[in-house]
Formats: sequence, C-alpha cells, structure tokens
Amino acid sequence: MADPISFKLNDKPVRLNIDGDRALLWVLRADMGLTGTKFGCGEGHCGVCTVLVDGVAVRSCLHQVKDVTGKEVVTIEGLEKDGKLHPIQKAFLANDALQCGFCTPGMILTAFGLLRENPSPTREQIIRGMEQSLCRCGAHTRIIDAIQTAAAEMKGVR
Amino acid sequence: MNTEEYLALDFKDNMVLHPESRREFLKRLGGGIFIFVSLGDLALAQEAGRQRRGGGTPADFNAFLRIGEDGRVTCFTGKIEMGQGPITSLPQMLAEELEVPLDSVDIVMGDTDRCPWDMGTFGSMTTRSFGPALLAAAAEARTVLMELAAQALQVPQEWLVAKDGLIFDGRNKDVRRTYGELAKGKKIERHLQGKPSLKDVAKYSVVGKPLGRRDGRDKVTGKAQYAGDVREPGMLYAKLLRPPAHGAKLKNVDTAPAKAIAGVQVVQDGDLMAVLHELPDVAELALAKVKAEFDLPATGVDDKTIFDHLLKTNPQGRAVAEGGDLAEGRKLASKTFEQTYLNSYVAHAAMETHSALAKVEGDKATIWASTQNPFGAQNEIAQAIGLPAQNVRVITPFVGGGFGGKTRNTQAVEAARLSKAVGKPVQVVWSRAEEFFYDTFRPAAIVKISSGIDGGGKVVLWDYDVLYAGERGAAQFYAIPNHRTTARPSGWQGPPGSHPFATGAWRAPGNNTNTFARESQIDIMAVATGMDPVEFRLKNLSDLRMIRVLKAAAERFGWTPAKPPSKRGYGVACGMDAGTWVAMIIEAEVDAKKGTVQVKRVVCAQDMGLVVNPEGAKMQVEGCATMGMGYALTEEVHFKDGRVLDTNFDTYELPRFSWVPKIETVLIDAKDSPSQGGGEPAIILMGAVIANAIYDRTGARLFQLPMTPERILAAIQKV
Repeated sequence: MADPISFKLNDKPVRLNIDGDRALLWVLRADMGLTGTKFGCGEGHCGVCTVLVDGVAVRSCLHQVKDVTGKEVVTIEGLEKDGKLHPIQKAFLANDALQCGFCTPGMILTAFGLLRENPSPTREQIIRGMEQSLCRCGAHTRIIDAIQTAAAEMKGVR
Repeated sequence: MNTEEYLALDFKDNMVLHPESRREFLKRLGGGIFIFVSLGDLALAQEAGRQRRGGGTPADFNAFLRIGEDGRVTCFTGKIEMGQGPITSLPQMLAEELEVPLDSVDIVMGDTDRCPWDMGTFGSMTTRSFGPALLAAAAEARTVLMELAAQALQVPQEWLVAKDGLIFDGRNKDVRRTYGELAKGKKIERHLQGKPSLKDVAKYSVVGKPLGRRDGRDKVTGKAQYAGDVREPGMLYAKLLRPPAHGAKLKNVDTAPAKAIAGVQVVQDGDLMAVLHELPDVAELALAKVKAEFDLPATGVDDKTIFDHLLKTNPQGRAVAEGGDLAEGRKLASKTFEQTYLNSYVAHAAMETHSALAKVEGDKATIWASTQNPFGAQNEIAQAIGLPAQNVRVITPFVGGGFGGKTRNTQAVEAARLSKAVGKPVQVVWSRAEEFFYDTFRPAAIVKISSGIDGGGKVVLWDYDVLYAGERGAAQFYAIPNHRTTARPSGWQGPPGSHPFATGAWRAPGNNTNTFARESQIDIMAVATGMDPVEFRLKNLSDLRMIRVLKAAAERFGWTPAKPPSKRGYGVACGMDAGTWVAMIIEAEVDAKKGTVQVKRVVCAQDMGLVVNPEGAKMQVEGCATMGMGYALTEEVHFKDGRVLDTNFDTYELPRFSWVPKIETVLIDAKDSPSQGGGEPAIILMGAVIANAIYDRTGARLFQLPMTPERILAAIQKV
C-alpha cells in the first residue's frame, strides 16, 4: 500500500492508510462513519453525495480519496459550528426546503459552493447552479427560496 | 383507496398478534398512562375491512399512546416518514386533542416491536384513516386524566379544564396538576370503549396552523438516519449478482476471481448469489469480477411494441361505474369522439435506493429497512429466514422517498438471508441500476374513450375503457346521463404474460393515467363546441365541491374565457383522489421548433376537508406539481427483451430546477368535513393540464405520455 493519505476533514486532520483509488464517498460513509453524505446514483448524475473540497462542491462518488490529499474536506456534519447552524442550513429550515431529506445535504453543500463563487446570485443563476442536483420530492421552489434567503443573510460573508 | 386496491398490493396475511412481546414491551416502558384504540372500535372501514379479509378482526390495537411520568406524550404509529410529513402532522393532531404543548409530544414510527400494526404508508391514508384513531386515543387519554385529576384535586370533573399539559379547577387556577403528576406512579391501561368525545373543531388552535417540519433540523445537519446509514459492529456490505434481463437464467458462474480479493466472502443460497466485504466499494469491485453467463430471453417486446402486446393479452375487468343507457346516449349525441390514450412505464426513482441492514442472531432478527410497510416486511423476512414473525423486528428509519415503490421489501429479505448465512450483520444498498431493474413500475396503460355531446354542449355519452392502469380515478364525476366505466384489470398489476417486469403502485396509482385521458377528452369536446374549457366543465358539472375548486383555481389564476387554441398556453383539469377534490390551471410555453415545454405558472385549488398542517399540504401540492411534470414530459422506462435500458439518471430524466414554475396553492376552507389525503391528489392533473396547455398554445393534441419533444413535434406537424 502506498503512503497514508492525509487531509483535513471537518476541521480535524485525518491520516488514513487506505487505497487512494477508493471513492471519497465510501471512505466517508464506511470508514469515517459520516453518513450525512448520501449515495444516490454512483455516477455523478444526482448530487446527493456532494461535499466541499477546499470550498468547492464536488461529487464524492466520482472523487478519489487520493485527490483530497492536503486539502480541506467539509461534509454536512461539519457545517454546523459550535451548535450553530450555517445560514444555508437555517434558510433550508426556515423555508421548509426539504421533504424526505435525502438530497438535502447535497443541496446545501452545492448551494454553499454556489454562494462562495457568487454571493449574490439571481434566481436564474441559482437555478443554473443547482440544475445538476436532483430532488424527487419536488422541494425545488423552496430550495431556490432558501438559497436566496441565505444569500441575503450572508451578504457575501462566509 | 378502496379494498380492491389494497388487495392488489399483494400483502401476505398479517400474522401480527404477539401478545407476549407486547406485554414485554409495555413492561419495559415503565409507568404512565397507556391508551389503546382498535380499529374495531371505530368505523374505519377501509383498513379494518382489509384486516378482516386477512383472517378475523385483530385483537391487536391500532393506535397507541403513552403519557409518561415526566408528562411527555408519545405516539406510537406503524406509519413511516418518507417526506410526506406525518412526523409533524400527527403530533399536531395529538397536541390539539390532548391539550398539550406540541414540543412535549414525541413520535415513534415504523418499529414493529413498539408500534401497533399498520398496513403501510400509502394511498394518502395517514391523516384520513390513522388520524381519527389517534384523535380517539387522545380524547380517551384526556378522559382518563380528567378522572385522575378529579380524584386528586377533589374537584368535580365538570369544573376542570385541560390546557397546555395541565388540568386545573376553572374557578381557581392554582388548584391544578400537570399530566406528569397525574401519571406518576400509575400504570393505567385503557382500551377505548365506544365512541370518544372529540374536541369541537371550532375550538382548534394547533391543527390548521402552518407548521415547519419537525425533522428539519436533523435533515439539514446530516443527523437524520436512513436505513443505509445504520452501522453495526462487524457488519458486512453485500452486492448481489443480478441477471441482465428479466427472465434470464443463470447458466454458469465463476466466483474465483472475486474470492481472490482479500476479505471477500461469497454466499450462494438458492437463487441468491452475493459477495460480501467489510467495505461497500470493495464488495462492488468484487462483484464486477464475478463471471456469469446467462441464457437470455427473446420476447420481442420493447417500449414501442408494448401497447400491441398489452392489447393482445386482453385482460378481464369489471364495470366501475354505470348509469343511464349508452345506446340512448349515442342517439342524443350530435357529435361523437373516439380516442385512445397511452402512457408508458414510469419509475419511482426515489433518491434513496432500496436499503436494509439485517442482524440475524440465533432465533432473533432485527432489520433496519427503507420500507413503506414495516409490518409487511416483517412477514416477508420471517418467511424467508424461517422465524416466527414475532422474532423479527423491523425498524424504519427515515425513508428517502417512497412514492409507492417501497412497498416491496426484496432488499430487506436479501439482507436478512445473507445475515443468516454469514452470521454477521449485513447491509444491502441497491445501486441505481438495481433500483431501475427491480422497481415496480407504474404500468404502461391504454385508455379508450367514446364520448358525445348534444347540440347544447352537454356531454350525453361517456363510454370509458381503461386497460392496465386500474380503477382508481377511472370513474368520471361530470353530470353525464349515459355513462359506463370499465377497468381491465381493476388493479395495477396485469395478468401473467402482460407486463415484462413488476408493476405496482406509483403515487396516486392509476389516477395519473385516468385523469390524463378524461381531462384531455373533456377538452377535446370543449373545443368542438367552441366553448371555453373552464365554462364547458362548469356547464357539465353538478358536484358542488368540484365546482368550488374549479372556480377557486380560475379566480386565483385570473382566468378569462377564450376558445382554444387561444395561443395563451393555458391548460385546465379537474380530478378526485384520496377523497380530495382538486383543480389546476397552468400556463405553459411551447418551443415549436424543439418540441419542448416550459411550465411557467401553476395554480392548484384543493378541497381536502379539514387541513391539519396547511404548510405541509402546500408542500405536497408543490411536490406533486413538480414530480408530475416528469411523467408528463420525459419519464418513460426504455426496455427490450426483458432488459431495462435505463440504468441511471442520464437517460431517465427527472424534473430539474430549470423546469419549476411558480406554484400557487389555494386550500379551500372546509373545516367541517373530515381530513382527506394530500400527498397524491395534485399529481394526477399534471398530464392533462400540460396536454391541454400544449393544445391551447399550438393547436396540437397529444395522446401519449410522456409528451416528449419527439411526440410534440409529431403532433405539431399534424396541425
């Protein structure tokens, strides 16, 4: 086996002696017990496995764990700080922007990546940014509203 | 949902009476006040009717709640939470009837050891069928508390007031006891006798208030657990060998390359062949190394030839509704219309694939499953692994979407069989391809309608024949003097030799097909009379609640009469589902070059009786409108010779953010009528409103769902 893989996971350093070719998704879910990151399609079509790598939303099912070496990975479990929800989480709650909740972690982190790149998106920009994330329950309108709420609350502050 | 439809769900008889384990359970719960309600106590004909067919009235109870010594109230229900919201609305009902603050109510759902038997969560039954049982239990609990308080406070009951978890003397509020104090040191079990005396709806203060989701916080933080998230020490992940096509037979298999991977275990148990590993991705890798050869069927049936194939099978059915005389109708008609409507197979495609973790130890088994019917799963598993049902405990964590697709529990049975075989906990999480392959699709269906109008624009003839969609939503509700509706077969599972794979209930089963056909046909007749389609409907309706929702939708939409095609892209439809009256009007844009449709605005008016949580009800309408655009525009399972060609979301297209219109919901104030279903009704209209809007915009009539760009362009060509 190659060298251990080191990266920061939800603000804590980790060092793993694992096969670096493995998908980040399964390392998070099975090895690290971080099950907030969901499996939905395994081919990058749905977005429920989205996590942040250095602040960028990526699909963990297509991301090899060796590619996060030296980087910062944030999963949905790492978004809440000291018992305080992130404004995007709060906005999802306030807008009831979820039903079954299975796509929610991926939606929130995709929104995080979107707002990082564009802190004041228009409705159309939000739609474009979220287009590749699937929700089967049909919470879309509320998710768009939630991202607008969060953007207003964050006002560019992350 | 009627009894026939329940039966069509193919449930095994329920052997769910386990008085021993129940007694154990009650012992473990400690002190408090326990209230039981059996459906036999209440006139809840539908579920009770099904139970009797399953072999006698159950001695088991159906609703159960506890008031603990700490004053907390717990509701135990066999219903499950899959996004539709009972985790919020049931405590809301309980808090109202029992006079406790909402935040002192806990709810335990879908655990076969702890919750009363339940048939399953489908058919929009939770509020309208389980709700009354829960209210009755709460009313009975209040009665018990009043008796206890009268004794403890030495105050006659008629002077006592219950409010906010307290009972006090109406003349002196300081003379009081909390529910917790009253329950302390007690072990009272009460079975509801006779009719409960329920709170006057006019005095409701909790029910009817819009409430946010109670599971929201867990779901935005990743804490909410689904079946695939449960972990047990020593567990293995399993991947199963699957045939490439339905009807394929395994010829030979070589598992040696898989076994060569360190830590891989191979299990062959009858028809089951699986590779297991302590890491899910390694199990998947190992499965890819298994070499298997199959004999493949050549049925010649694919998604194009399926309708001919289905017509050849010619299923038997029955008359669902009849009135007047069809021959007389034909005589009265000045114009007749013969049309055939088609729709394709549609997948449930919940974002969570079927998942389960099973722990079989000796003669006991615990299974965490993504299921809409934990008690059905319990029986299926018990049979498969040879244990008595009471030794099998099914726990249902949050379910990541069901829509009818999680009423089959194959994955839970697989996990249990494998756990038994290896003596360790085993998790099975289906891949997306497995999910598409083993889904119980909404059946492809055919509707033939022969209808006629007289010179005054009254519909005088309606001869309706639905094949394969089933009878839900088939019967028309217009004031048509001569009509007949036949459903062949009456449910959504076709006779042997018809469908090339499993079919089942898909959100408002049958009704999507039936409403598409009926409301398209109504529009065609409106056009022929030269009337506005809203006006034409109102002229032919006598059902006051339908008239009310249609008028409410038209008013909110700002409808102005015009003869289609008005070029405005407006579409209207009415329907009934799960006891609810629903009408919808939309505005859509059609790209006549590309054949694509953009729905711009949806107005939906719904009369669902007393609304428990208006916010939850609105969410369901929005979900229905959004999800429904999929079956209307893109969703269609492609297949050939038993192979399901769609294996992921690249070819099977779900609605996306860019599709979503502005959605406005009008909830009719109908406090005096019992609560009806809300999770399904609005979805039934999506096919028809879009078809009618396309016609209104372009003059092109679509007769087949989904209305793909190809079909829309073909229809425009014919104009």
